[in-house]
Amino acid sequence: MSRSLVAILSTIAVIAVAATGEPADPKLKVGVVHLGSVNDGGYNQAHADGIAVMKKNLPEVEVIQVENVAEGADAERVMENMIRQGARLIFAASFGYLEPALRVAQKYPDVKFVHPGGYKRLPNVTTYWASTPEAFYLMGMAAGKTTKTNKIGYVVALPISFFLANVNAFELGARAVNPKVETRVVFTGTFLDRGKEATAANALLDQGVDVLGVIVDSPITVVQVAEKRNAYAVGFHSLAAQKFAPKGWITGVAFTWGNLYTRFARQVMEGTFKSENILGSLKDDFLTLAPFGPAVPADAVGVVNTRKDEFAAGKAHPFQGPLRDNKGVERVKAGEAFPLTDLAKMDWLVEGVIGQPR
Amino acid sequence: MAALVRSLLSGAVLSGTPLLYATLAELISERAGVVNLGLEGVMLVGAVSGFIAAFHTGSASVAIVVAALAGGVFNMVFAYLVLARRANQLATGLALMFCGVGLSALMGVRYVGSQITGLPEHDPLVYGAVPLAGLIWWVLRSTRWGLTVRAVGENPVAAFAAGRDPHVLQYQALFVAGLLGGIAGAHLSLGVARTWSEWMTAGRGFIAVALVIFARWHPLRAVGGALLFGGAISLQLSMQARGVPISPFILDMLPYLLSLAVLAVGRGAHRHAAPGSLGRVFQGTP
Repeated sequence: MSRSLVAILSTIAVIAVAATGEPADPKLKVGVVHLGSVNDGGYNQAHADGIAVMKKNLPEVEVIQVENVAEGADAERVMENMIRQGARLIFAASFGYLEPALRVAQKYPDVKFVHPGGYKRLPNVTTYWASTPEAFYLMGMAAGKTTKTNKIGYVVALPISFFLANVNAFELGARAVNPKVETRVVFTGTFLDRGKEATAANALLDQGVDVLGVIVDSPITVVQVAEKRNAYAVGFHSLAAQKFAPKGWITGVAFTWGNLYTRFARQVMEGTFKSENILGSLKDDFLTLAPFGPAVPADAVGVVNTRKDEFAAGKAHPFQGPLRDNKGVERVKAGEAFPLTDLAKMDWLVEGVIGQPR
Repeated sequence: MAALVRSLLSGAVLSGTPLLYATLAELISERAGVVNLGLEGVMLVGAVSGFIAAFHTGSASVAIVVAALAGGVFNMVFAYLVLARRANQLATGLALMFCGVGLSALMGVRYVGSQITGLPEHDPLVYGAVPLAGLIWWVLRSTRWGLTVRAVGENPVAAFAAGRDPHVLQYQALFVAGLLGGIAGAHLSLGVARTWSEWMTAGRGFIAVALVIFARWHPLRAVGGALLFGGAISLQLSMQARGVPISPFILDMLPYLLSLAVLAVGRGAHRHAAPGSLGRVFQGTP
């Protein structure tokens, strides 16, 4: 009894000393800027879920979140406003916030910024991203085992290199377990036109594909079209998409930023923040494969998990040569692999993918 | 071949139906002499209201009615400003558009990512669209109300001299246009996308304004225009799905190129069909 009282009193004393030793408010305020809605079942929700995990790990952190902020001057204003409210760490959670974040960061060198996917940094700006091809390769394996028509369709916003790399990795994974699989790609040309996504998904299903994948902001529309027409679906971005396809769900890849965001907040509180360019993947738990749906055959699960361990151990690579593109040109020589740090240069679609890369 | 045609047609109908409702909305508005560039906003308010109603009631018919009424009421804001306050139609329309974008995003913020049942397999809005165009054609051509609306659009002073109040008729026409705009939005959120996301109309309200000109203010030609445009979207996506070796960027221009081609070929002998007093405001008579 008295011993625990002593323990409590000494704890309070330690806290008091720590508090007096550090004049700044130990509580941290962070500002989070989102491009869209935090419950889109996609990109934005993944960031918001990460923030929620951080908040759970560090209840002393206060969070200001603003949704639907346009890239550009609006984003700058929102960030500055957050800083005036006392935020000392800003999550600029969209690719297009890079320039606004850099400008605000120059103005406020004491405030720290983190940006997903950025290619430029400042002493107070860290960039981070999760490399997705390994995860797409594993999804491709699961889909390759599940498809009955050996045709898979992908609805993709734009033919930019990172998306082409994901589709390529997917096809390579599918072919690794089922050499007959072809992947058809349709580009909608936009991130926000759900109507066009539905029409594209239907056009692919009419071509005989029985698995649909999607690389747009929110997978909800395409996943629902697949379910409605008794096809299978693979998701992207957030684990929330699964509920839209209870029958046809195969798997999905989701960004799980929680531990990384906790790390950022802790670094700022402890004064150990330094500017870094962090590239993680499945093994760093920046990415998670969604649970497999009921349609996935039992033997697929083992194959996928084995390859996942090989990726983590560096014993396998999603772009292991020899690789040809879908016009027959050799792109990666035998014995070499396309480096995952060079994905911005991948402007071709691999053999087995039906589609035009530009 | 039959499968291809069926795929293209179903795609054309899927993409074209919201466009047709929106085009008919703008057409009625313009036949009454009012250009409404705010249609995009009206559609969005309809889309989000319908989605919210579907989420809470689970009933597609309730959702459609709610969407139509929301569109109609929202369009009355526009009607008040351009008719009673005599504000510039183009500027007011654009302001209404932005207002609709913001209002719908605000209304829908809790509903992003929500799950609804949506419209049934045999979609009543798809089946209803073409008959509705025929009905509007008949109303504008053969009924007293339709003829008076057209008279107001051609020459409100003459209509006034004949004992009609142009503003009352324009309010009525704009309310009907709002109903149809709301239904256009609802078809998008309940029938096509089955989800709500901000600015999901993605410019369809403006395409509808162009389609009215394309259809030369005729409801039956609007059917052709909406299906042609929807069909071109469906065709380009379907060409990609079939692996046609043309750049997706060029294919994405197809609907617009096709529209330009039809306009270029279709011009010539036809008389100019725009309502005579389109865009002007009836100021009353001295």
